[in-house]
Amino acid sequence: MARRSGSIWTGCGTVFLKEFADHLRSGRMRVLEWLVLLTGIGAIYTAIQDLKTTTSQDPFLFLRLFTDSHDPLPSFMAVLGFLIPLVAIGLGFDAINGEFNRRTMSRILAQPIYRDALLLGKFFAGIATIAVALTTLWLLIIGFGLLTLGIPPTSEEVMRGFAFLVVAIAYGGFWLAVAILCSVIFRAAATSALVSLGLWLLMSILWPLLSRFLTSAIFPTTPMSLLVGPSYQEIIVQQTLARLSPNTLFAESMMGLLHPSTRALGPVFMDQLQGAVMGNPLPLAQSLILVWPQVTSLIAGVIVLFVAAYIVFQRQEVRA
Amino acid sequence: MSEPENIIVAKGLRKLYGRHVAVDGIDLTIRRGEIFGMLGPNGAGKTTTILMLLGLTEASEGSVSVAGFDPMRQPLDVKRHVGYLPDSVGFYDNLSARVNLRYTGRLAGIPHSQLDDRIDDALLRVRLLEVAGRKVGTFSHGMRRRLGLAEVMMKRADVAILDEPTSGLDPQATFEFLEMIRGLRSDNIAVLLSSHMLDQVQAVCDRVALFKSGKIALEGTVDELSQKVLGGGYNLEIEATGDDLPKLLAQVPGVQRVTHSGGGKYSLVAAHDIRNELGKAIFASGGMLMRLDHVEPSLDTVYRHYFEDYHGAA
Ligand SMILES: Nc1ncnc2c1ncn2[C@@H]1O[C@H](COP(=O)(O)OP(=O)(O)OP(=O)(O)O)[C@@H](O)[C@H]1O
Ligand SMILES: [Mg+2]
Repeated sequence: MARRSGSIWTGCGTVFLKEFADHLRSGRMRVLEWLVLLTGIGAIYTAIQDLKTTTSQDPFLFLRLFTDSHDPLPSFMAVLGFLIPLVAIGLGFDAINGEFNRRTMSRILAQPIYRDALLLGKFFAGIATIAVALTTLWLLIIGFGLLTLGIPPTSEEVMRGFAFLVVAIAYGGFWLAVAILCSVIFRAAATSALVSLGLWLLMSILWPLLSRFLTSAIFPTTPMSLLVGPSYQEIIVQQTLARLSPNTLFAESMMGLLHPSTRALGPVFMDQLQGAVMGNPLPLAQSLILVWPQVTSLIAGVIVLFVAAYIVFQRQEVRA
Repeated sequence: MSEPENIIVAKGLRKLYGRHVAVDGIDLTIRRGEIFGMLGPNGAGKTTTILMLLGLTEASEGSVSVAGFDPMRQPLDVKRHVGYLPDSVGFYDNLSARVNLRYTGRLAGIPHSQLDDRIDDALLRVRLLEVAGRKVGTFSHGMRRRLGLAEVMMKRADVAILDEPTSGLDPQATFEFLEMIRGLRSDNIAVLLSSHMLDQVQAVCDRVALFKSGKIALEGTVDELSQKVLGGGYNLEIEATGDDLPKLLAQVPGVQRVTHSGGGKYSLVAAHDIRNELGKAIFASGGMLMRLDHVEPSLDTVYRHYFEDYHGAA
């Protein structure tokens, strides 16, 4: 391709502001917010009922607001892992094809901006919307916890909560990038939404089962394995496969951040545990190091998806 | 920067979609302050040419310069100097006309302090100022087109490229729209428009180009075109009844061409004034003559003669 003059950022801010305002105003966003809020409050409420009876034993009482579950409701963390993708897909599935279908694309691209600016502006607007929604929710939970538990969170709890927020936003970014890629590939918004949602179901429900199934296909059960349990390789393969799903990466990061006593996110050997005081919480810095690979993988995924969307978009004819 | 007289120069422009040749070697020169019309059947390559001039589609071959810039290498500079009204123009229905323009105005890099004034000015010129605050979703087709033109005016570009600007407009709206396009010329803006409405093109364009399967078949003023196609003949319009009139008319000495224009109407090209002979021939055959006029060559006649020959030859 010929060398281009001018900055790819020209117009990016304008696109961002418009899209951000659109998202915050849209009825779609309102529906998604209520969905998250109601299921979230349900999960938190039951957690609080449990916490009230076992109060002040745990130094990380506040974090348990996020992680405790009470049958039949899942924990708030699990609810988020399930619903954040839905919100992100809802924001991104018609990002590009919507412009084509409204016939605004050729008018926009006739202005002095690069296509990158449109894509980037829309992506950042989506991220910002997710960030606003999640931060609001986060503050609500802290407030709710303060009122019902009657004790303030410790500074470490706040830090961990904040790290959780950042990872949750990155996770949203991944699904937003998936949705935007679909909106570039498929001209019909309905197809784009269906494919994104299909991927979401695959990753959140089917993939955990599939990864186990695939592993047992690679390592067939032998009398030996029945006796001593799965081999080290088998565990590693199963874990690697499971980690291909962003949902696994998110769940593992949540474990590391919100359960301070998590020491490893994989098989643990006896020698690694030497000198460790079991059940003792890890310092925050150590927890961050623990989840670092998961978080960077998520972000790398976002970048790969975004570049793919950019390449496909760049080759598209402007007229519908 | 010195202002070149030729604001658009395209040389040997070609566009291939796979093996299909959409545009096949086009040379085009458009001067500052002139209105240039692109004509031709559907699929002749007009829109494709426009997209290449704008840098919205990559040309397969050839070179383009718009306002001194190359659309492939300096797309932002080109787009800063060109206003574009696409053939199917859409807006954000949930936003008002003014907010829609404000968005593209910001993208176009219009300074913040001037933006609202320019929007008001443009909306006034297309007579949409009263409805500036209304959502575009409530606008009719014609109002959307005018809003599109307002966007081009707001940009105050050197070139305005309008792809079928009057399609789907009622006669009165069309007339107004053409007036607005003429208004652009008085701002010393070069206007490039494509259209299928020949009388309008004739009314407003300084020069026209006739596109045919990806090539420019003819180019020049309407008079030059009629010279070339009709051979500078004498144009007559005739309304009559009778048996086998076309054959009868064609047999009259001096008649070069007969075209049936519907009903009992025919248009003729002759070497000289043969109105007398025609009248006599019709009466002699027992027919009835209602009307017989000498007319200035219209683009409509030129166009139909040209493509009739072309289909005849094919
Ligand atoms: N994306 C595409 N892929 C393949 N062929 C295309 C594509 N876009 C246009 N064409 C072909 O290019 C040719 C020229 O099309 P173009 O739209 O330029 O015609 P036009 O003169 O604007 O016609 P109209 O008067 O109908 O608007 C047509 O034969 C069309 O089929
Ligand atoms: Mg066209």
